[in-house]
Amino acid sequence: MDLIWDGIREAFRILGTGDYSLWEITLRSLFISGSAVAISLVIGIAVGSLLAFNEFPGRNLAFTLVNTGMGLPPVVVGLLVAIMLWRSGPLGQLNLIYTPLAMIIAQTIIAAPIVTGFTAAALRSLSPRLRSQLYALGASRLQMLWLVLWEAKLPLLAAVMAGFGGAVSEIGASIMVGGNLAGETRVLTTAVVLEVSRGEFAPAIALSIVLLALIFAVNLILTTVQQQEQRS
Amino acid sequence: MTWRRIVIAVGLAGLLALAAAACGGGKEIILATTTSTQDTGLLDELLPKFKRESGYKAKVIAVGSGEALAMADRGDADAVLAHAPSSEEELVDKGSVVNRQLVMHNDFIIVGPANDPAGIKGMKSAVEAMTTIADQKAPFVSRGDDSGTNKLELKLWKKAGLSPQGQGWYEESGQGMGATLQITSQRGAYSISDRGTYLAQRSNLELEVLVEGDPLLLNVYHVMQVNPERFDRVNGEGGKAFVEFMVSDEAQEIIRNFGVEKFGQPLFIPDAGKAESELGLE
Repeated sequence: MDLIWDGIREAFRILGTGDYSLWEITLRSLFISGSAVAISLVIGIAVGSLLAFNEFPGRNLAFTLVNTGMGLPPVVVGLLVAIMLWRSGPLGQLNLIYTPLAMIIAQTIIAAPIVTGFTAAALRSLSPRLRSQLYALGASRLQMLWLVLWEAKLPLLAAVMAGFGGAVSEIGASIMVGGNLAGETRVLTTAVVLEVSRGEFAPAIALSIVLLALIFAVNLILTTVQQQEQRS
Repeated sequence: MTWRRIVIAVGLAGLLALAAAACGGGKEIILATTTSTQDTGLLDELLPKFKRESGYKAKVIAVGSGEALAMADRGDADAVLAHAPSSEEELVDKGSVVNRQLVMHNDFIIVGPANDPAGIKGMKSAVEAMTTIADQKAPFVSRGDDSGTNKLELKLWKKAGLSPQGQGWYEESGQGMGATLQITSQRGAYSISDRGTYLAQRSNLELEVLVEGDPLLLNVYHVMQVNPERFDRVNGEGGKAFVEFMVSDEAQEIIRNFGVEKFGQPLFIPDAGKAESELGLE
């Protein structure tokens, strides 16, 4: 029990002082996972609206593939991205391995199917009459897409939440393509693993508290926005 | 409009990320190393000095020695700090690494619970201790990750004429030394550790040193650079700078003093410039 109490007490001290580069690591986590979700949102809207609004052969297969992608094991994604980006790999000359960008790429591959799946489902659930009405009113394709997305904004928020949650708490891919380098690619999850393997439980607990708080804060903001939208 | 603002903010963050990544670069090397140099904190002391002396920032990939050497063999690293002498020599013979030099040593120890159910405490021979553990079917946690420590352990089993893999009392953690010691402690099991990692973590472990001092348990670290003539993308200058730094007086002095204040004894003994035979290596 000593370990738990001492660990928690020490963790709160670290939260106060920001030792172990706590805040720097937190910002990096936010930045890398936020970037991955932003890119995923662009991909998700493009692919999701394609799937939702068009009838084409193989559409069911495409849906199945997206749904499979929603459960992609991060460690498999990490291995594939690492093999591509290693110096000895096909994209080795880009020198991307062990950089934040490599982590953004891996997390995008993890988050994009989640965002796409949620987006496609959201758009499919809109009344088909909405689109024909918009066409009748003379909306261009782009205007129509914007208006339809606007209608689906709440489920899209859910897509962002789910994508961010998946990206920020992922570890297998981050450690493989990022290398867990201090000051460069060390994020909350990989820092927890390192501190535990060093037997430093207090910083590990502090980092875990921040990670939980981060996910809570993001969801709180998004949920608040949702509720305000619903009221208005 | 809040929603639109969030989208714009997240989008901007994405663009910034790409811009930041594009501006990256500068003088860097990739250092593939064993987990013990990172888990003890030794590299945290050495690398800032290396950066100041040479201008190179070392990107540390801390993995088992097996994987570190595999990275070198593919040209995916510039320098290696490892403790698996016979595997290192294979790479030297193959021409994947060059400029291999002795850096430091400490020793491996056999650790276990204080009540020592297998009764190995104080044995002078590591092989005898391993045989006793196997006879008693006492739980043993192996790294199982092809690391330097794992290779040494397998060598000891081989010398004892045993192959414990697959038996109920023998488990493979597949993790670094720090994590493996945690598992060993939680299980009240036996394991083999480098002394540095054990000392650095002793306060969190319910494990004691039971067998030590057998010459077979010597743990020797070498530094080497990956051969730039063999791999196009290897940073030859950076790798050479790291090897030179590790055997420099300054780095050797840091190694000599590392851990004295915190653990009351040094974790590593510097060896640069010594002949291999002085350490009693085969």
